[in-house]
Amino acid sequence: MIRFENVTKVYAGQERPALDGVNLEINKGEFVFLVGKSGSGKSTFLRLILREERPTSGIIHVAGKDLGTLANHKVPELRRQVGTVFQDFRLLPNKTISENIAFSLHVLGYSQKEINREVPEMLELVGLEDKGDRLPSEISGGEQQRVAIARAYVTKPPIIIADEPTGNLDPELSVGIMKLLDRINREGTTVLMATHDSGIVDQMRKRVIELDGGHVIRDQVRGVYGYTG
Amino acid sequence: MRAGFLFKEVRIGLRRNLTMTFAVVVTVAISLSLLGIGLLSNAQVNAMKDYWYDKIEVSVFLCGTLSESPTCANGVVSADQRAAIKSDLEALPVVQSVFYESQTEAFARFKERFKNSAIAQNVTADQLPESFRVKLKDPTQFDVVVSAFSGRPGVDIVQDQRTILEKFFKLLDVLRNGALLVGLFSVLTAALLISNTLRIAAFNRRRETGVMKLVGASSWSIQLPFLLEGVFSAVLGWVFATGLLSGLKYVVDQKVAPLLTFTKFFAWNQVWISSAILLGVGLFVSVLASLITLRRYLKV
Repeated sequence: MIRFENVTKVYAGQERPALDGVNLEINKGEFVFLVGKSGSGKSTFLRLILREERPTSGIIHVAGKDLGTLANHKVPELRRQVGTVFQDFRLLPNKTISENIAFSLHVLGYSQKEINREVPEMLELVGLEDKGDRLPSEISGGEQQRVAIARAYVTKPPIIIADEPTGNLDPELSVGIMKLLDRINREGTTVLMATHDSGIVDQMRKRVIELDGGHVIRDQVRGVYGYTG
Repeated sequence: MRAGFLFKEVRIGLRRNLTMTFAVVVTVAISLSLLGIGLLSNAQVNAMKDYWYDKIEVSVFLCGTLSESPTCANGVVSADQRAAIKSDLEALPVVQSVFYESQTEAFARFKERFKNSAIAQNVTADQLPESFRVKLKDPTQFDVVVSAFSGRPGVDIVQDQRTILEKFFKLLDVLRNGALLVGLFSVLTAALLISNTLRIAAFNRRRETGVMKLVGASSWSIQLPFLLEGVFSAVLGWVFATGLLSGLKYVVDQKVAPLLTFTKFFAWNQVWISSAILLGVGLFVSVLASLITLRRYLKV
């Protein structure tokens, strides 16, 4: 689903590469934690997958597309294959919860009939079926993040990328988010989650990829956050 | 993106930025009106040219008692000379018709033209020259008549009214060019305002466009609502501009035309032609300004 071959990224004006010769493969249906200190290259890794950046060298394949040869006008097609969730939710403040979820479908040209079917289904999946008419400011942070996940998942992309999705949330709310991502993963979606939250990583016991200084220093099948040997 | 959702987004965008929408509509209306006035002054100059050039004659003045040119050294034109000039004029292929104006007729016309002036009382019929008024098939061919009859015995001077009118029309051409230039500059101003307004709109809605990019909307569908907002403002401005030009035409017909009977005025269809040109200019400028701006500020 995601394959990096000897990928190096050096930002203009910087000597030290943000990613340095990274090789890894994430298969369909996997749940992967991406961990590492700030500046270890996590964000660069995610930005490369979305082709918000291009690698300095190396080959990247995402959802069957070679990003090196992907034409600019085909980038939206790539992004339809990858649902994204952020630490800061990025909901539209003057649209209701339902409208926020429907927004993805609207801009991709789904019919009103399909939208009327999909949105309530998503609200139910994330447990907000009675809050569809609220504005984002009227619900809690954990609920907002669940809406963001619903928006990313409503088009059923094969990959979900979550960048610190629990970074702004209390631990008890984080559990709800992780349950939701786990459920989406069980339905066959590949989930890649960058996180600092050691508790969650230790609890879930999924594949862990650790970056440090742009290198992959650990890739464990059922890992924990801190490497204890 | 479906039409219903698209128009809803456009409506929200226009309403949320209402003061800017208003400014753009007013600016487009004013600048298109100025350009339209330029186009109508062009139509007016053409209407006047048509009207006047059609009436233009070449006057062949014959020697009278007061003539001083060398060809009149032998005194007043003789009957033979007059008859020869007439038949030679009529023989020219460029000539459509020849009309003889005697001294008496010239005097009558003179009195009519200066009837409220003291000059008329000091002039007698024998002071005015008799002349042939020559109407040409093609008014631009006056040279033929001038070269054939200037310097002929019995002919005082050959005068072409076109040379007099041309000075006047040169002045009108300058005024018309000025009006068109002002119009073009104000349209350019409107284009810059549209561009800046869309830049602000794109900045204000960066959350929406960010989400659109995120979920994989094509750059075309991200830009389309903004583009339509620019086009909508331009079209609304054009409607006002057309209204204004129609109002102008109405005022000209009702108030100006009865006072200035010596010329024709531009017709209603000139208003509609100008309006169509303005719509074209408005659409072209707003789409171009939008595309250039959005390409820069809404990169995927």
